[in-house]
Amino acid sequence: VLCCRAGAGQDVGRSCILVSIAGKNVMLDCGMHMGYNDDRRFPDFSYITQNGRLTDFLDCVIISHFHLDHCGALPYFSEMVGYDGPIYMTHPTKAICPILLEDYRKITVDKKGETNFFTSQMIKDCMKKVVAVHLHQTVQVDEELEIKAYYAGHVLGAAMFQIKVGCESVVYTGDYNMTPDRHLGAAWIDKCRPDLLISESTYATTIRDSKRCRERDFLKKVHETVERGGKVLIPVFALGRAQELCILLETFWERMNLKAPIYFSTGLTEKANHYYKLFITWTNQKIRKTFVQRNMFEFKHIKAFDRAFADNPGPMVVFATPGMLHAGQSLQIFRKWAGNEKNMVIMPGYCVQGTVGHKILSGQRKLEMEGRQILEVKMQVEYMSFSAHADAKGIMQLIRQAEPRNVLLVHGEAKKMEFLKQKIEQEF
Amino acid sequence: MAAHLKKRVYEEFTKVVQQQHEDLTTKKLRLTKPSKSAALHVDLCKATSPADALQYLLQFARKPVEVESVEGVVRILLEHYYKENDASVRLKIASLLGLLSKTAGFSPDCIMDDAINTLQNEKSHQVLAQLLDTLLVIGTKLPENPSVRMRLVEVACKHLTDSSHGVRNKCLQLIGCLGPVEKGVAKEAESQAAKDVQKIIGDHFNDQDPRVRTAAIKAMLQLHERGLKLQQAIYGQACKLLADDYEQVRSAAVQLIWVLSQLYPESIVPIPSSNEEIRLVDDAFGKICHMVSDGSWVVRVQAAKLLGSMQQVSSHFLEQTLDKKLMSDLRRKRTAHERAKELYSSGEFSSGRKWGDDAPKEEIDTGAVNLIESGACGAFVHGLEDEMYEVRIAAVEALCMLAQSSPSFAEKCLDFLVDMFNDEIEEVRLQSIHTMRKISNNITLREDQLDTVLAVLEDSSRDIREALHELLCCTNVSTKEGIHLALVELLKNLTKYPTDRESIWKCLKFLGSRHPTLVLPLVPELLSTHPFFDTPEPDMDDPAYIAVLVLIFNAAKSCPTMPALFSDHTFRHYAYLRDSLSHLVPPLRLPGRKLVSSAVSPSITPHEDPSQQFLHQSLERVYNFQHLDPRGIQELLEFTIRDLQRLGELQSELAGMADFTATYLQCQLLLIKALQEKLWNVAAPLYLKQNALASAAAKQILEETYKMEFMYSGVESRQVVIIHHMRLQAKALQLIVTARTTRGVEPLFGMCEKFLQEVDSFQRCFISELPHMQGSFVDKLLDLMPRLVTSKPSEVVKILQTTLRQSTFLHLPLPEQLHRATANIIEPTGESDNPLRFTSGLVVALDVDATLEHVQDPQGTVKVQVLYPDGQAQLIHPKPADFRNPGPGRHRLITQVYLSHTAWTEPCQIEVRLLLAYNSNRSKASTRIPKSTWSESLEALPPSENGIEGTIPFSKPVKVYIMPKPARR
Repeated sequence: VLCCRAGAGQDVGRSCILVSIAGKNVMLDCGMHMGYNDDRRFPDFSYITQNGRLTDFLDCVIISHFHLDHCGALPYFSEMVGYDGPIYMTHPTKAICPILLEDYRKITVDKKGETNFFTSQMIKDCMKKVVAVHLHQTVQVDEELEIKAYYAGHVLGAAMFQIKVGCESVVYTGDYNMTPDRHLGAAWIDKCRPDLLISESTYATTIRDSKRCRERDFLKKVHETVERGGKVLIPVFALGRAQELCILLETFWERMNLKAPIYFSTGLTEKANHYYKLFITWTNQKIRKTFVQRNMFEFKHIKAFDRAFADNPGPMVVFATPGMLHAGQSLQIFRKWAGNEKNMVIMPGYCVQGTVGHKILSGQRKLEMEGRQILEVKMQVEYMSFSAHADAKGIMQLIRQAEPRNVLLVHGEAKKMEFLKQKIEQEF
Repeated sequence: MAAHLKKRVYEEFTKVVQQQHEDLTTKKLRLTKPSKSAALHVDLCKATSPADALQYLLQFARKPVEVESVEGVVRILLEHYYKENDASVRLKIASLLGLLSKTAGFSPDCIMDDAINTLQNEKSHQVLAQLLDTLLVIGTKLPENPSVRMRLVEVACKHLTDSSHGVRNKCLQLIGCLGPVEKGVAKEAESQAAKDVQKIIGDHFNDQDPRVRTAAIKAMLQLHERGLKLQQAIYGQACKLLADDYEQVRSAAVQLIWVLSQLYPESIVPIPSSNEEIRLVDDAFGKICHMVSDGSWVVRVQAAKLLGSMQQVSSHFLEQTLDKKLMSDLRRKRTAHERAKELYSSGEFSSGRKWGDDAPKEEIDTGAVNLIESGACGAFVHGLEDEMYEVRIAAVEALCMLAQSSPSFAEKCLDFLVDMFNDEIEEVRLQSIHTMRKISNNITLREDQLDTVLAVLEDSSRDIREALHELLCCTNVSTKEGIHLALVELLKNLTKYPTDRESIWKCLKFLGSRHPTLVLPLVPELLSTHPFFDTPEPDMDDPAYIAVLVLIFNAAKSCPTMPALFSDHTFRHYAYLRDSLSHLVPPLRLPGRKLVSSAVSPSITPHEDPSQQFLHQSLERVYNFQHLDPRGIQELLEFTIRDLQRLGELQSELAGMADFTATYLQCQLLLIKALQEKLWNVAAPLYLKQNALASAAAKQILEETYKMEFMYSGVESRQVVIIHHMRLQAKALQLIVTARTTRGVEPLFGMCEKFLQEVDSFQRCFISELPHMQGSFVDKLLDLMPRLVTSKPSEVVKILQTTLRQSTFLHLPLPEQLHRATANIIEPTGESDNPLRFTSGLVVALDVDATLEHVQDPQGTVKVQVLYPDGQAQLIHPKPADFRNPGPGRHRLITQVYLSHTAWTEPCQIEVRLLLAYNSNRSKASTRIPKSTWSESLEALPPSENGIEGTIPFSKPVKVYIMPKPARR
């Protein structure tokens, strides 16, 4: 087994790994880097081919899930560089991936005005090359190469892949989560004893506290504010955590018989919710068991948001995109509500330096907006981390489950991976 | 018995007929004996192909075989077995042999040798396995024969080397079930192989087939269950099996380790890779904890369950299960629980979370972090966060059991239990609340914990809220702020869900009486009294105000200084509540009052509660009314009935008793009214009115007696007699009325006869009670019985009329406990103005949620009735699974009722109510009677006599607004 990386080896973003296993070449993920706007955003495919044709060299491409750092470069790779072989991904990934790619294309091309970027047609053509797989379905790529998907948690449709040629095998985890959350289950793999386990290691040096405390805190905060008559703003990204938090609030509203409205910004999120409704088998036990009576994603209390609602009196909860408060609807609402100390903004995820989100989280109370306006923030600012990556314990647990002979850590920082490497060596 | 035998005879007979019939059709002249074995033999000989033979055997297996013919059948089967070449037929024969040897009364030792012989020549693995199964059955049928068992075990040992897993499986199973348990027997065994069953089984722990490994562990467990002390040596082997690839092996291995840890808790085992040694139970505990994060949820559930029963484990290990070291970028982080605790102890209250509030503190030594602990670390943390709710429930149960035995552990696991109150699945929440209640003696809630607990009070599920009220009844609160918080939250709960009133009052009663000193400083605030100004008097009917008073009065019971803080109207309210809600408000010693309550209170024991006294006094009065004139009697009865009904409303624990007696008196009153002499002597044209009155009365009495018999739990045979007696009187009245209205004698004959039969059966049923019924209607009637039987109907009626009027009123003795079955429909509430719209011809599901109290066997008796406006009534039987049992005597019905109707022009209301179905067959009277004494005569009784079925509505009807729309074309 030979393994080399074209994208992320030791940092987050631009996942792209090339595996040679018994004469077969498989590319795992085809991601892009969000931080760059030039050539560096896509993996360097010339490294793979050495000026040959990609299709001749690669036997197949596997995409683990729909996040852009795992599939963002796919149209570029298949249409602009040129690849005609099969691309494997799970059904939900195949459904959601083009929406995200299209959205990404719109932002770069239509808004920033870049040229030399892939077009909508290219995305469509690219998706035609995709072969969708089911969980635990063994797919014969050719006579020797076979792949099999396992459930990975993380986001809807995320999967771990086992790649097998003869008696040699590799397991690629993609991003995964070993603790179940409100809408997805935990990653699971059988004792397949691969020769190599390629695992992500975003949280290699972290052991997290119980989710329950975080959820409880979150609900309590929201509940208290709503009872006071305040408004709650939750800036989220369209997919993933947004759905988890929706389910969390929806069930809480149901349980506590609350009446205050919850709104959800329209557009991308609405479309995504639709797919969550469809792929119910990929969700967790509770949702799967109860969907016969009622599909949990058919929200009773959560309605679509309209711009005019922000000025309505009385308490409300609004989920708005984007998650870092740097532009768009969430920022508009934030500006409207920031002046009232009864209101609250809850940041459910990490914020990049320079965004409004980062500023208010670090305690800044006076913000300078465009046009030299000064915005005084009187509303409460809360931070809750809802992350869906496996922590150090989770990684160890997966290693224990799969019992691999070798482990390769990717998708993390070098120093952290060093620590985990020691641990793995020490304990196995 | 006779009937039973008769049936048997018939059965036999019909079989014979069939047999002959078959023979006739096949036109083979053979006079068959009615013996099964012969018939089978014929069939099997006839069979030309294996498929045919299999068919015959299948048919044969459907019919039962008598004990006497089993041996013959077995012989024939064996004969065919040897001849048969087809493996599937032999397999069926082998399984039939096993079935046959199970026949009660048949001793299978005679066929054992043959069965063992067949084993020797058998080549098919499946048949072999089936034969071993048969031997197992034979062996279990002969428990007192150790030598036979030894032989079977030896046979099994021989086949352990078989190449098929099925055969090895069965062998191990057989050894597990039949292997010698006592040491002595084992020594007697000549064969070396059978001596050490444990070793033999243990060898198969490493079998290549996982099914055999599982069977080996199960066999070992079986031996343990049968009383064999397992050797400690297998502990090491069992530990290795925990890492097996197959879940069923791991699952069984976990059980085995648990068994061993219970057998040898104190022995010492070494820790691999170090020189240390620990107790076996601790080591096993660590290993099972490890399995809580297994890949298979079945194993996880099992492991979590077993943890709960390991109480000998040392506290150091126990507390580790709740420990999970957090870190962020290699720096130690405090858990949210630790932070909450610190926040609390520093006296600072929730300051609002800041960015980086949970910022990591000190650096951790990378070497000291152990990511996968071999020990118990964090087992429960993982178990409680598991994906599957089955695992979470098991973990909560285990926590409960461990916490009950260890107070310090209880204190530690509190945070985690409180967290579980927010689980996404209701069962888990409910379970954790119950768990908390069970360990509440060991714990005191901190304020921040109480806060989380109380937040659950807003849950929309009534089950959860009520469980929480019960939890609050027995928790210890540490501060007066805690009490205040609890009160505020409970009052909030009360306004949101007014139906919780009783439960909340009860909860506050206990909260008050448990924490008098904490309530004391709150009193002025709660009663909103002011040192100088008079404050307005609160509304006495406000449930929230009553709730506050209940808390205060119960606290005041053990806090004599408290009444000094009361204002004038509080005392008045006390007097009122003491009377109206005496079960919630305790007697207080109040200064400056007339000491009414304090004078009485020391002397009265619970048995002589004034209200109970009142009940008995009023009954006493009624039973002595004999000397009064009829008018006086009627008035007295009316007053007493009114008093009793009122008493029932006021005193919920006496309600059953009061209602029961009131109903009885009501019956008596009706009877007296119907029999008033004046009316019976009126001229013929006025008969009509009189008759209508009397027959209505008779009918009502009948209904009431059924209510008395079936609606109350705790009714004893002495009451049943009286009730039946009353019913008999009502029937007599009916007979008299009919006799007076109908012309002609013919119909009367039948009625008279029926009535006399009823008297007769009454006498038979209650023969032991008759001496208590001196001077009663039936007593007199039985004296006249010889005359009645011979006389004409008209005379019978006349006699009845006089006896009915002369008979005395029977004293109704009251049982210790009497509860009336009640039902309360919580949902639908009947308040909705929005009609439930659906397309006509289709169905709509209506959720019905109701609480039932004191209903015995609700699954069989409770029905839902839906009444449509057109008078159409529909009776729905809820599924048994729809009933839940939250506590003794209480049931909860949560079901769906399907409605449908043709199209209406406008919405209209339907009525939904609950009915209690009864069947006089199931009456307590008939079950009491020893069958043998009257079984013959029972057959003679007409079936209608002992099978009256009916229903009693026992809930208030709820109106639901519905609108079936015409279907769109």
